[in-house]
Amino acid sequence: MLEEHAKIVQFITLAGEVTGRKKLQKMVYIAKKMNFPFQEKYQFHIYGPYSEELTLRIEELCNMAFLSEKMEDKGSYVQYTYACTDEGQQFLSTIDSNYPRLDQCINRLNDKSSRFLEMVSTLLYFDTLGREAQIEKLHVVKGKLNFSDKEVEDAFIFIEELQSCVTV
Amino acid sequence: MSYATQKLAEEKVFKDPVHRYIHVRDQVIWDLIGAREFQRLRRIKQLGTTYLVFHGAEHSRFNHSLGVYEVVRRIIDDIFKGRPEWDESERLLVLCAALLHDLGHGPFSHAFEHVFDLDHEKYTQAILLGETEVNAILKRVDPEFPQHVSDVIAKTYGNKLAVSLISSQIDADRMDYLQRDAYFTGVSYGHFDMERILRVMRPREDQVVIKKSGMHAVEDYIMSRYQMYWQVYFHPVSRSAEVILTKALHRAKELSSTGYQFTYEPRHFKKFFDSTFSLADYLALDEGIVMTYFQEWVHEKDEILADLCDRFVNRRLFQYIEFDPAKDYRKLTELEQLFKKAGINPKYYLVFDSSSDLPYDFYRPGEEGERVPIHLLMPNNELSELSRSSDIVEAITGKRRTNHKLYFPEDLLTQDGKKKMLKKQIMALLIGKSKT
Repeated sequence: MLEEHAKIVQFITLAGEVTGRKKLQKMVYIAKKMNFPFQEKYQFHIYGPYSEELTLRIEELCNMAFLSEKMEDKGSYVQYTYACTDEGQQFLSTIDSNYPRLDQCINRLNDKSSRFLEMVSTLLYFDTLGREAQIEKLHVVKGKLNFSDKEVEDAFIFIEELQSCVTV
Repeated sequence: MSYATQKLAEEKVFKDPVHRYIHVRDQVIWDLIGAREFQRLRRIKQLGTTYLVFHGAEHSRFNHSLGVYEVVRRIIDDIFKGRPEWDESERLLVLCAALLHDLGHGPFSHAFEHVFDLDHEKYTQAILLGETEVNAILKRVDPEFPQHVSDVIAKTYGNKLAVSLISSQIDADRMDYLQRDAYFTGVSYGHFDMERILRVMRPREDQVVIKKSGMHAVEDYIMSRYQMYWQVYFHPVSRSAEVILTKALHRAKELSSTGYQFTYEPRHFKKFFDSTFSLADYLALDEGIVMTYFQEWVHEKDEILADLCDRFVNRRLFQYIEFDPAKDYRKLTELEQLFKKAGINPKYYLVFDSSSDLPYDFYRPGEEGERVPIHLLMPNNELSELSRSSDIVEAITGKRRTNHKLYFPEDLLTQDGKKKMLKKQIMALLIGKSKT
């Protein structure tokens, strides 16, 4: 009955910890685009694909004490780090939530910066378009971030690697 | 004269209980209203199952869509026109996006989307860009026009001011639905001084801002929204109806996958059950059709489907208790086991449901949420985030309120008959908590 909650606890357990709300949003979105069965609905927001449902679920899981949220004042902003608690581990043990190769996907995502994942998730959001149109759209909606050609190229390579890693 | 600038010989008006009149002068808008995909919205209620609690809430997405169009029309024709920050060439685009923003909603949207893993925003795009009457009308304006309308609705259009008119924390969509839903439900919340807010709106490069003198009207709007969410949109009895509706559709889907022979064959649903439906199949559905199936399925051989449909059609809803998943998640497993022993399938008769709302928030650069704040235009022409000036808004900024409930069929658990003791044990476990 709390399977969707369990999937997120599992996700963060596999990641060890995730630093940044934006990063967590993009990681789950990209995993979802790699066909892992996350149910949270995404829409396009300020930083790219964003799920209010995921925000809510994370808050609930923190309230339930299944996840810990650590706040760090970075001067101009606050950064949040999420990890699974012992109670969260016990909760996980009551629910079957094992997804082959999700760990490999998460590890690759967690190694990347929030900025890079914002670009990757935005490109994936427009993946029904051709590559040129995808890039054009990226620059329209993310003009202020000034992604370089090299960064965009790296993003496409990363997407291909991720796709082959989860389908092997 | 091009189709984009073509005006009707005489202005058309729709009488409207919220805005008094909805004015249409543009030929394109008039044609869109007449398109079959837009007319379909007459057959989809704005508030889904809420009519089972507030009997007046029978208004449709058609009413609301016209209302959003009218609010946007007033903003850009009466307030923005002639201001340097507003690009008048975007006028028709924004009007079309306002009118069509809910085009992809299916019958009983949220339940239907949940069961069939759909997203109404994707269907809005599909209708705008697919082979539809709406698409044909938009293409007459310009071959790229349907895509631009879709981009505004999907919030991926380059002009953020245009997007913010329809989608932001103070947008035409919310301003219409709060007032309209308040009117049709008959509640006294939801009312605020929209005329005042419209008069103090000003266009800026990336968003609409509000003159400082309009701050109190905006406070009222935010509080109205807060109250409407908890008093109407999250009403637990309405949620109970939605839970039953969702479970009935789930049951029909499951039966179909096992080869069950329906007495009343689900012709309209077949392709949804096996995910092979087309846009035409999607558009063929409305709430009248769903209700017809439910009324027929009341007589199905499958007891669960028949019971769930009967509950929905005849408003025999589930009871509910407050449920704290942090404390009680282990009891869920226990309850599920007891339900099974009692011969009541917990998959359909024991349902956990959450409601949550964040009335207002602003994002901090780099981190936090993703909401564009409401900005006040101060007398010195600088912008100031709303909660810095408003004590009322500051008090609720970033404060999410969440509520969890557990739904169950109290009637099945209290009736005399088989396994009475077991059912008593279940009731003790359930009602041992805060009985509502």
